[in-house]
Amino acid sequence: MRSLLAANAELVITIVKIVLLLFIVLTVNAYLTWFERKVVAHIQSRWGPHRVGPHGLLQPLADGMKFLFKEDPTPAGADKFVYYLAPLLALTLALTSIAIIPFGPEPIRLFGRDIYLGIAPPDLNIGILALFAITALGVYGVALAGWSSNSKYSLLGGLRSSAQMISYELSLTMSVVGVLLMAGSFNLRDIINAQARHPERGFFGWNVWPQILGFFCFFVAAIAETNRAPFDLPEAEQELVAGFNTEYASFKFAMFFIAEYTSMITVSCLCSIMFFGGWLSPFPASWTLTHYLPSVVLIPFGLWVIMDGVRYETIFGRMVLPVVGAAITALGALFVVVPSLNEFIQAPFWLLSKIFLFLFVYVWMRGTLPRFRYDQLMAFGWKLLLPVSIVNVILTSFVILMWGAK
Amino acid sequence: MTAPLVVFFVLAALAVIGAVSLILQKHPIHSALSLIVVMVAIAGLYLLMGAEFVAAVQIIVYGGAIMVLFVFVIMLLNAGVEEHTNLSKMAGAPGLLLVLALAGFVAATVAKSGASVQATSQTGALSSTKGISEMVFKDFVYPFELTSFLILVAILGATVLAQREKS
Repeated sequence: MRSLLAANAELVITIVKIVLLLFIVLTVNAYLTWFERKVVAHIQSRWGPHRVGPHGLLQPLADGMKFLFKEDPTPAGADKFVYYLAPLLALTLALTSIAIIPFGPEPIRLFGRDIYLGIAPPDLNIGILALFAITALGVYGVALAGWSSNSKYSLLGGLRSSAQMISYELSLTMSVVGVLLMAGSFNLRDIINAQARHPERGFFGWNVWPQILGFFCFFVAAIAETNRAPFDLPEAEQELVAGFNTEYASFKFAMFFIAEYTSMITVSCLCSIMFFGGWLSPFPASWTLTHYLPSVVLIPFGLWVIMDGVRYETIFGRMVLPVVGAAITALGALFVVVPSLNEFIQAPFWLLSKIFLFLFVYVWMRGTLPRFRYDQLMAFGWKLLLPVSIVNVILTSFVILMWGAK
Repeated sequence: MTAPLVVFFVLAALAVIGAVSLILQKHPIHSALSLIVVMVAIAGLYLLMGAEFVAAVQIIVYGGAIMVLFVFVIMLLNAGVEEHTNLSKMAGAPGLLLVLALAGFVAATVAKSGASVQATSQTGALSSTKGISEMVFKDFVYPFELTSFLILVAILGATVLAQREKS
């Protein structure tokens, strides 16, 4: 047994990483739904979920139970095989794309091996292309769900989705060419490292400044690719009931849901990595005081949770919230006490903060912007985004030819 | 049997099964799905040869963009199950002959060039993005540009044909 483990150590480590990442991503997904409902509710002067658990924090659990136990009818005349395949395809591809993302620069040394954060090997030369390849296949989940349900609303949703994906995939791919030219590599780690070439500039050394056009195109196209508001025409409630997933119930619906939220996370990761320096700190490298920022965020937040918890109206909340708050405070204190641990969490801290920021922007946009009309969507994609991203490629190439990638 | 060989046979079997199912399926969407399986399996074969870039592009362009367009058109036209007519008796015999000839030709080519195929896969000209771009934009720049010109003409032609007549 031991020798078998030693012989296949690489395989075992990868499987453990996959299970761990799946657990984390699915948990984050669940709480992303809670976060979205809370933020949108507050934008609209409501409270959002607040009945199940303190501050509605157990709502995702209740939703998950509901998904598992609901009746799961298959519509008459549906193409059974494709009908079952579609949600599986959507979920698998969405979850696979996370595997390409690197989460930290330095490997952890465990059991005499360097273990990198992230599943893909650190020298994956086609990083960003592999990601695009996976997301390019992602549209089939939605399109096939629409077609196989044998319902006109679903079909219209699927059609809209595939048309939208075809139109926006072009600008999505073109918009990152500038970043690739500046980094000279498809590898996501190289792209982040290329943004560290001016360590003293910090925030102002990132790709978002020279590539502001590219970032604009990328972010808009990525929102369209993930079918989120204001580009959520494939599931426009007022016109198509629920769009491509009208005929899906129970856990098959949940699979589409999880797929959508996972691709939101992937896009947020990509935005942070391609344009916002990935795990780089926004402060100049010579500032060491900013290394305590994780603790500065965690300790007051933990104390606030404790304060809020002891005054909470339900007994359950008064019991749970102070414990959670104490745990957060203790974590913040631990980072202050153990400097090596503090150094190690710097990179993941910044990456996760940026991902969180982009997820917030996603939700914010959904709460703020009205949906596009269909012709506006097409005109916007083909007549504005595509030309702008092409101009960005040409501009970047010329600048790099004249002055080099600085 | 080594691991890469096992992966090769799995992918090759997937590609062949997909290709056969593409022809045998009655519904256009099922045929399109089979074609996607073929594309992805071939991309896997490229990956096995160390041609990462070609594999990724194969999935992005063929598996993604082109096949999405196929599926989109099939859905848009709402094409139903295709009708099968009785096979023409005339087509049977020459068809069989043609199949045999083609299979023989492919087998002969593979048997003859087995060694050279291995040699090119090991030189690594196709494995790096740089090698490919040097081939496309230096050695074969004129054929490449001609091809893109041809595609441009086709796009213009399609636009002209699809345009509504001005009243």
